[in-house]
Amino acid sequence: MKRILGKTLCAFAATCLLSAPSVWAENIKVGALLAVTGPSSFLGGPEARTLEMMVEQANAKGGINGKKIELVLKDTAGNPEKAISLAKQLLEEENVLAVLGPSSSGETMAVKKIFEDAKTPLISCAAAEVIVNPLASWVFKTPQNDSFAAIKIFKEMNKLGIAKIAVLVDNSGFGKAGKEQLQKIAPDYKIEIVESEVYDAKATDLSAVVAKIKANEAVQGLINWSIVPAQSIVVKNIRQAGWQVPIFQSHGFGNIKYVEAAGAAAEGVIFPAGRLLMADLLPEGHPQKTLLVQYVKDYEGKYQETASTFGGHAYDAFMIFEKAVAVGGNDKEKIREAIEGLKNLPGTGGMYNFSATDHNGLTLDAFEMMTVKNGKFVPYTGK
Amino acid sequence: MTSELFIQYLMAGITYGSIYAIVAIGFNIIYNTTGIINFAQGEFVMLGGMLSITFLQYLPLPLAILLAVVVTMGIGAAIEMLFIRWLVNPGILRMIIITIGISILIREAALHVWGANVRSLPYFFGNEISTIAIFGARVSPQVLWVVGTCSLMVVALNIFFQATSIGREMRACAANRIAAVLCGIDTRNMVTLSFVLSAGIGALAGAVMSPITYTQYDNGTGLAIKGFTVAILGGLGNSLGAVAGGLLLGIIEAFSVSVVPLAFQDAIAIAILLVILFVRPHGLFGSSAMAGLKEF
Repeated sequence: MKRILGKTLCAFAATCLLSAPSVWAENIKVGALLAVTGPSSFLGGPEARTLEMMVEQANAKGGINGKKIELVLKDTAGNPEKAISLAKQLLEEENVLAVLGPSSSGETMAVKKIFEDAKTPLISCAAAEVIVNPLASWVFKTPQNDSFAAIKIFKEMNKLGIAKIAVLVDNSGFGKAGKEQLQKIAPDYKIEIVESEVYDAKATDLSAVVAKIKANEAVQGLINWSIVPAQSIVVKNIRQAGWQVPIFQSHGFGNIKYVEAAGAAAEGVIFPAGRLLMADLLPEGHPQKTLLVQYVKDYEGKYQETASTFGGHAYDAFMIFEKAVAVGGNDKEKIREAIEGLKNLPGTGGMYNFSATDHNGLTLDAFEMMTVKNGKFVPYTGK
Repeated sequence: MTSELFIQYLMAGITYGSIYAIVAIGFNIIYNTTGIINFAQGEFVMLGGMLSITFLQYLPLPLAILLAVVVTMGIGAAIEMLFIRWLVNPGILRMIIITIGISILIREAALHVWGANVRSLPYFFGNEISTIAIFGARVSPQVLWVVGTCSLMVVALNIFFQATSIGREMRACAANRIAAVLCGIDTRNMVTLSFVLSAGIGALAGAVMSPITYTQYDNGTGLAIKGFTVAILGGLGNSLGAVAGGLLLGIIEAFSVSVVPLAFQDAIAIAILLVILFVRPHGLFGSSAMAGLKEF
């Protein structure tokens, strides 16, 4: 009796397992690896909320080609090791069609090879150039290249006649990658880096290092390249030391919270950023205008918090996925080819023009120089 | 090095030092009554900052800070009553692990309540760019608030522990619990009181330093590590030692920037801790005879 019961149960379980995939096959399953909690949560949080909002919106419109989208969101907590195991889980257990994320460059580099081996598209929301250069056929990214930001800053410095600079970066992957780009590109613009320091992402006060740099009288300008809150402390400590040096920040400053944290000290800081921060100020008819205004309105309406460029990276990743699936269906290779074929696609980060050799699809033009005036981001118009 | 730069480094060092010392004092109070290290001390600091920022929406600054301190004290008491009080004869190791667990719990709860954004209280005087010139060096007025609060706390605590009967009872608990019970001291209440006191001090520190360091759900951990280093450096349980240790570490850190890259600043702090643990395990200002009587 027991054996019969056991067999029946087995058979029942087997039927369930066999019948289940036919139900799932109706849905388009997309994975997301985002740092929703942990030290990178200021990236992953808005990204996850953006994805959830967009999947909801897409499904309300009937999904893609009449199929419902199912989002499988995994929280990496910003930890590369965790990202690796979750990536394997998404690929092997969840059988997702593509993965959006991870949030940070370090995590993306950790999972890059896994997606190459699994032949599954990965659309990263992290900025570092190494993600797409050297090129990996299955790996894409939506944020603008670091080198674009560096070039934008150096061009502005040339205009202001600044030739000798100090570089301060945080010790995150973003800071490290930025430092490499700055050192590589500076000579092209005849700029000499005379002081260079790395600060801890959890630093509580940086007045000592500011005093050290200030003591070097050759320094005409300063680049503070960081994505962590400590970058506001640098700005504050510089102004508290009574030092009126021009401060340039990276695109990692594009979060109004950092301006609030630096308060009056943030006034006049110059930095490159995507157009999301100036959506309202864009001229009518700009190709990104409608989508940016709509995204900011939807996001802020739904979550009662200011939209950031980071959430925008996830917006772009999902939009690219949506467009590619509409063409490629549920064939991973076709989706990959479809992404490479996307041209003149407006996103929050800029105008995307992907190709077989360019898996970022953006140009220098994706950035605008901005500054802070009365605690708000405004376009930088020069001196 | 010009004298101006020297003073600038010195002031930076004093800023770091006071912040570390204020956290270290919180460790010392609980250590003094229970003989354990409360690794959730950094979270009290974070809570103090976060709660005052929240209350500031409804109350003027001094009241907001006061309320934040009182609420954090309540949380400290609740933690002791829920997790520590009912343990029968708990081992040191067990209690330490419990406090580590509590710190994770508070941190995650804070993440859910306040999110991951950085927040800060406004500067008590002036704003982000106002400075005071001291011998040619410039410091933020908030630094004076931190230094002042730190000094007041040390003086008040010393009076409390030396001159009041409750303070002496608390010290008796740490020295020998059984003997304290035999003398009619309610040791359990003393332990609760020590948690309340150190939560309050942590919270006040968190509020005062918030404009300088910012407050984020997870910034307690880093402060706790530095505070712990300083507490050991000065000799566990010794408040004046904590201040001296804090200033020493802060000033070494600040001046280290002038010779080695900033990235090594923390390495220097940890190296100092290791050297002290090897050479003087009882701290710079602790006595080895007294340390020998303690379990930890």
